[in-house]
Amino acid sequence: MKQLMSGNEGIARGAYEAGVTVAAAYPGTPSTEIVNNLADYAGVYAEWSPNEKVALEVAMGASFGGARSLAAMKHVGVNVAADPLFTFAYTGVNGGCVVVSADDPGMHSSQNEQDNRGYGIFAKLPVVEPSDSQEAKDFTRLAFELGERFDTPVMLRVTTRLCHSQSMVELGEVLEQPLKDYKKNSQKYVMLPVHARPRHVAVEKRMAELREYAEDTGLNRIEWGEPGLGVITSGVVYQYLKEVMPQASVLKLGMTNPLPEKMIRDFAARVERLVVLEELEPVIETQIKAWGIAVEGKELFGNIGEYSPEMIETRLLAPDLPQPVVLQREIPPRPPLLCPGCPHRGVFNVLRRMRVAVIGDIGCYTLGALPPLDSMDTMVDMGASISNALGIQKARGEEFARRSIAVIGDSTFIHSGITGLIDIVYNQGQTTVVILDNDTTAMTGHQEHPATGRNIKGEPTPRLDLEGLCRAIGIQHIQVVDPLQLDVLTETIKTELARPEPSVIIARRPCALLVKEPVKARYYVDEDICNGCRLCIRLGCTGIHWKEEEKVAQFNLDNCISCGLCPQVCKFDAIKTVEE
Amino acid sequence: MTQTVRNILIVGVGGQGTLMTSRILARVAVNMGYDVKATEVHGMAQRGGSVVSEVRYGEKIHSPVIKKGDVDVLLAFEKLEAARWISYQKPGGKVIINDVRVDPLPVMTGKAKYPNDIAQHIAELIPDTTIVDATELAVECGSAKAANVVLVGMLAGALDIPGEEVEKAVREMVPAKALDTNIKAYRRGVDLCK
Repeated sequence: MKQLMSGNEGIARGAYEAGVTVAAAYPGTPSTEIVNNLADYAGVYAEWSPNEKVALEVAMGASFGGARSLAAMKHVGVNVAADPLFTFAYTGVNGGCVVVSADDPGMHSSQNEQDNRGYGIFAKLPVVEPSDSQEAKDFTRLAFELGERFDTPVMLRVTTRLCHSQSMVELGEVLEQPLKDYKKNSQKYVMLPVHARPRHVAVEKRMAELREYAEDTGLNRIEWGEPGLGVITSGVVYQYLKEVMPQASVLKLGMTNPLPEKMIRDFAARVERLVVLEELEPVIETQIKAWGIAVEGKELFGNIGEYSPEMIETRLLAPDLPQPVVLQREIPPRPPLLCPGCPHRGVFNVLRRMRVAVIGDIGCYTLGALPPLDSMDTMVDMGASISNALGIQKARGEEFARRSIAVIGDSTFIHSGITGLIDIVYNQGQTTVVILDNDTTAMTGHQEHPATGRNIKGEPTPRLDLEGLCRAIGIQHIQVVDPLQLDVLTETIKTELARPEPSVIIARRPCALLVKEPVKARYYVDEDICNGCRLCIRLGCTGIHWKEEEKVAQFNLDNCISCGLCPQVCKFDAIKTVEE
Repeated sequence: MTQTVRNILIVGVGGQGTLMTSRILARVAVNMGYDVKATEVHGMAQRGGSVVSEVRYGEKIHSPVIKKGDVDVLLAFEKLEAARWISYQKPGGKVIINDVRVDPLPVMTGKAKYPNDIAQHIAELIPDTTIVDATELAVECGSAKAANVVLVGMLAGALDIPGEEVEKAVREMVPAKALDTNIKAYRRGVDLCK
């Protein structure tokens, strides 16, 4: 039976069919739905791990223990998991293990667009790349066999377009996959230098074998068309090519590391013009050029952002396309923004008014960096806020420490903020850290985490006590405040910033999308009082907007959930409640 | 089964229900025996930002992404979003615009102006444009909540999809007590775009 599935659902189904029993991940767009879906299959243990390193180590442990396992993460998550990943290539597997790297060309929801096929070369792992949901399922399943045959973890590299596109999938039988025997084998699994040296030799031998395998695996195939143009491609870009140039000869690579050199040489020899179509880095192109084969690629397409069907058509064919409709109007952009009632808004409003340097982190709250809140100075990677804040304060001294603050979400704090906080106590920093505790991993779609007290299935589990954790780390001053109580929040931040010691402020209120409280009040702007100062407008809330003609603020009650923030920022009491 | 591929672009503002609509359409196309591909935006962009989902169906579909200039039907849940994506339109394609204005942040804060006549401007340039107040029609059918179903009906009408196929999907997605209202809203939509 065929059904419509996203690429992520296809990967989950493929893992299930392959007999996976352990799966772990930290949520991250575009990878999140993989393990979320696996959690719904009977007989699969799935977990949200605190971070990607832990997730990979859990999957690795399961592999050592003889089970087929999977760890899924976004591209930057692989950086977090890189330490175990590189040495996992040395130990190899017992049960097969697939590591999914979900890359984000175009940065729909990411801080960079690194091409993780590079990890395949760097860590010496086979890399498999599906081009639609059917292949996502089939290649995932096949990756387990491949990994067990060659004794290696396998990287399944996908991109946002693959993960979040739906296409038809023919389901397969579910394999009975008995647990393999567990035997102690310290030469293979204890990577002391004395054991690791011969393992490196084994890795190189395996890569040589994989190069042979690449020549005749069904993962790579040639579709002969006209000999004028030969295209080597992989992933979803293959589908774009088939759409706009069905007549081209294509070498479709389902395995992009290692490459099939002989197959590529033969293909190149039989076409007049050779082009590589690959998003981001010239991973395939560079290797082909190193073999002395003439090939075009990045000089036509560049290494920035996503490809598209029209980009391939125009740059390879230069056709006469109809002129698009051109409007004679300015179209203002529509950037994402914090939701009405979002508890983060209160914190950023206060920080902006206090004019402190805000050392930020990754989550919905990063939107606090955009106008009109405009209150974040830095944001780099998960957990960086706390350690960046310590560094900047050590560099610029105590006076600067009193005018700068770290902000980090609850899930991000657990992911990578804890060690930074330990550093602050250990090395006697005086940083103030605000943990924006909204009781969920909001940006990726409300996943549970250790401090929500619920597991991936929503079942109760021991709740990580954030206050207790901070105390155990050695933080003496821990304040819990409601981020929508602006006066208390302001006073607390002032007090803690002034302290020559580290402190943690937990700004605690559940995500506004999770709490469906009835609207308590209906506000209106008293236009006789409103003087157009725009303080309420600077909250950047869809519930209240600027009326240009009258130069006053006005409510949009369809959006307002009466969180109470704007009446607090109005200095003239112009925001009033409709008396029922 | 027709040989031609149909390309539908559904655009709007995060939270308006565009994803639900594209999923209904994709499911209907699957039930009709077509090859179907669809793609959508998740994550940060959803937070009140511009959202777009694409549905393609036909005998054989390769790319999940619609080529610029190939959109047969553009369904916009909000009029500024119609303008943002209009350059993807195929000459002779249809445009359905829900006559709803949602101010983007730069307009809310007074940094930019919302082009007031934008829907009419599009209608002047693209003859096959239907502007509708889906909420008003839904209210006439019994509930403002059925506004998206009016739009689903218009899409079905524009694509000439047999009514019973979509009605089946509508029946599956709405609570039983709201069924009558929604079926009425759906048929109202179909009639508008036949």
